[in-house]
Amino acid sequence: MTQAGSSTSQSTSSTTNEPLLVVKDLKTHFQLDAGLVRAVDGVSFELERGKALGVVGESGSGKTVLCRSIMRLTTGDNVINTGSVLYDGQELLTKSNKEMRNFWGHEISMVFQDPMTSLNPVLKIGRQITEHLRHHLNISRHEARETAISLLRSVKIPEPEKRIDNYPHEMSGGMRQRACIAIALACGPRLLFADEPTTALDVTVQHQILNLLAQQERERFMTTIMVTHDLGVVAGRTDEIAVMYAGKVVEKAPTTALFANVKHPYTEALLNSIPKVEQPKHTRLKAIAGRPPDLINPPEGCSFSPRCPYVQDRCRSEEPTLRPGVVAGHTFACWFPVGTPEGKAAFERNLEAGVAVTLATVGRVQATEDLQGSETLAELAGTQPVTDSGKAHN
Amino acid sequence: MAGSGKAHLRPNDESLLRVEDLTVEFPVKGGVVHAVSGISFDVCRGETLGLVGESGCGKSTTGRAILQLPRPTGGDVYLDGANLTDLDDESIRKRRTDLQMIFQDPISSLNPRRRIGEVVAEPMKVWGPFDADEQWQTAKKMLEAVGIDPGIARYKRPHEFSGGQCQRISIARALVTEPELIICDEPVSALDVSVQAQILNMLEDLKARYGLTLIFIAHDLAVVKNISDRVAVMYLGKMCEIGDSDEIYNNVAHPYTSILLGSIPLPDPTVEIDEEVELGGELPSPINPPSGCRFRTRCTSATEICGRVEPLMRRITDTHYVACHHPLIEVDEVAVAPPTPTHRVSEKTGSATTPTHQQPGENQ
Repeated sequence: MTQAGSSTSQSTSSTTNEPLLVVKDLKTHFQLDAGLVRAVDGVSFELERGKALGVVGESGSGKTVLCRSIMRLTTGDNVINTGSVLYDGQELLTKSNKEMRNFWGHEISMVFQDPMTSLNPVLKIGRQITEHLRHHLNISRHEARETAISLLRSVKIPEPEKRIDNYPHEMSGGMRQRACIAIALACGPRLLFADEPTTALDVTVQHQILNLLAQQERERFMTTIMVTHDLGVVAGRTDEIAVMYAGKVVEKAPTTALFANVKHPYTEALLNSIPKVEQPKHTRLKAIAGRPPDLINPPEGCSFSPRCPYVQDRCRSEEPTLRPGVVAGHTFACWFPVGTPEGKAAFERNLEAGVAVTLATVGRVQATEDLQGSETLAELAGTQPVTDSGKAHN
Repeated sequence: MAGSGKAHLRPNDESLLRVEDLTVEFPVKGGVVHAVSGISFDVCRGETLGLVGESGCGKSTTGRAILQLPRPTGGDVYLDGANLTDLDDESIRKRRTDLQMIFQDPISSLNPRRRIGEVVAEPMKVWGPFDADEQWQTAKKMLEAVGIDPGIARYKRPHEFSGGQCQRISIARALVTEPELIICDEPVSALDVSVQAQILNMLEDLKARYGLTLIFIAHDLAVVKNISDRVAVMYLGKMCEIGDSDEIYNNVAHPYTSILLGSIPLPDPTVEIDEEVELGGELPSPINPPSGCRFRTRCTSATEICGRVEPLMRRITDTHYVACHHPLIEVDEVAVAPPTPTHRVSEKTGSATTPTHQQPGENQ
């Protein structure tokens, strides 16, 4: 579309090879009455132009706060932001809100999770698109409308000339998410955040929306950061994946390397918990025991240790730092990584010692949170078909 | 997707629940919403039936119609031989202990002002036992069964629990009346994959422990396939395909099922994503559904007959049936409905049988 989009991307596709986004030791803490919530706790990464990064983790792992912090959307008296976010060489954390307005929409944009609530219900779709077109590009009302129609067409909304005058409630969930994408793309941003863009949608619509985002990325040479809790969503669609847990990146790697060679037990556990359609029915899922830690009082040592089937004494006292793996760009923070002799030994030791308290039982991970009444569950579990039971050992 | 026909029903005496020609319509300004149009299925005792389809395909409406909430427009719902649609309101109310429901949004389905102990004991306040101690003992047992510490939870309120824990609590509440059939309406759609796996495993455990019969409604075929013995695929108020979960996956017969399967994101970056296998167009309006096969406006293999004749359920194997004129695999019995209106819905409105060749999106 849009001269708007192409002009920005031309002016910016400067031949520099430096990454578009450099995040260094970014911390976002919220001061609450109950204590200091370390929502993002020292995240560093670089993102090259035109690449797609997937940020994966459970609810409460800090992935959304990370994106909002980079975009400078976490403001308030009780927010403590430290570290550095370099966007195209410019430090964002020190910018005022007024200065940030030149970035929002124009340079950096975001697609939100819930298309039902992220659109203004009392404004027509067209108005919501043209609003920032007019602000950033200083074009006439008529031009803005034409651009908006071509935007709606580019996100494959049928009959855009009519749809532009619809209110959000007149559209289906999938259509609304398309409209949200059109709004996010309107001013030709170079960096796009997609925060769980398909979690609220059906599988078929999810497939459509993900395809649409992929096409737009290719056509516009956009850099994207896709946030999700489902590793399946980012598997075929990103160049790199960062797995977050308790506000920290625990594993980061090029997508293919990550799936081929999972190192962190949390990544492995996330992968295992996805029901796979090719498995026979009633296959026992390998759920992750327990739930994410309290970010006010995170556990000592490795924050995943209370839920980890590989846990050893060292994990409970000493916090692992990111270290490089075999493949270039693969880093992980674990003392006993999956697929290594140490990891295997740790797992087997746990199995023998019956660390089953909450975790590894017969080569799989128990499901219940505190295992109340687990005797019966364990008995029953024996009768369930357990496939892949050896997988955790590899 | 016409899915009319009852070829797939099993002998009467085997089923706990038997739904025949279930029709649910809602009058709206400018017409009638055909939410569910003549679907039939049965569920045996101890079995899990998965109902899968997109938003708007009528799967939740089907679940509610079984509970007679609201009463269906037409058709019969037999629970343990008794036809629920014939019962008066008071008798229905009494049968409701046998039927329980678990809802999609765990947090909003619990009263935020009640304490967990009260929430779980509530059904017993209506149905007994009426002794408060006895009620708490049962509630305690159920909370333990779902992995919630009853001592801690009793005096807490829903907001103090995570989404996964709230879903466990609503499952405990559904279990206290010892229901025969539990309808789970998208119970894991609002949860993270990790919590989703916990809940699915727990449902399997509870099913084995209490001999539950479940109807599991969801839009994710991977989830449905994991937990169900049989899967029924729905589209726009009709049933497309029904059969054993593994069989449906191994031998996809309906084009729509195949698209549903192809849309599941695979956690494997080496699998090339086929952007072509995408459902084109929008869901047609249920006020004016396409004639003949309702899926034809978005189906790549649709031909002239699909607009004219509604396909009936045809047998593939004894445990696998499909309603399609052009199934993806061989179907050994040909059962084509005569090109006359076959069900009430079409007679009333005339819309479902008019052989107009609508294009996708035309009937918005």
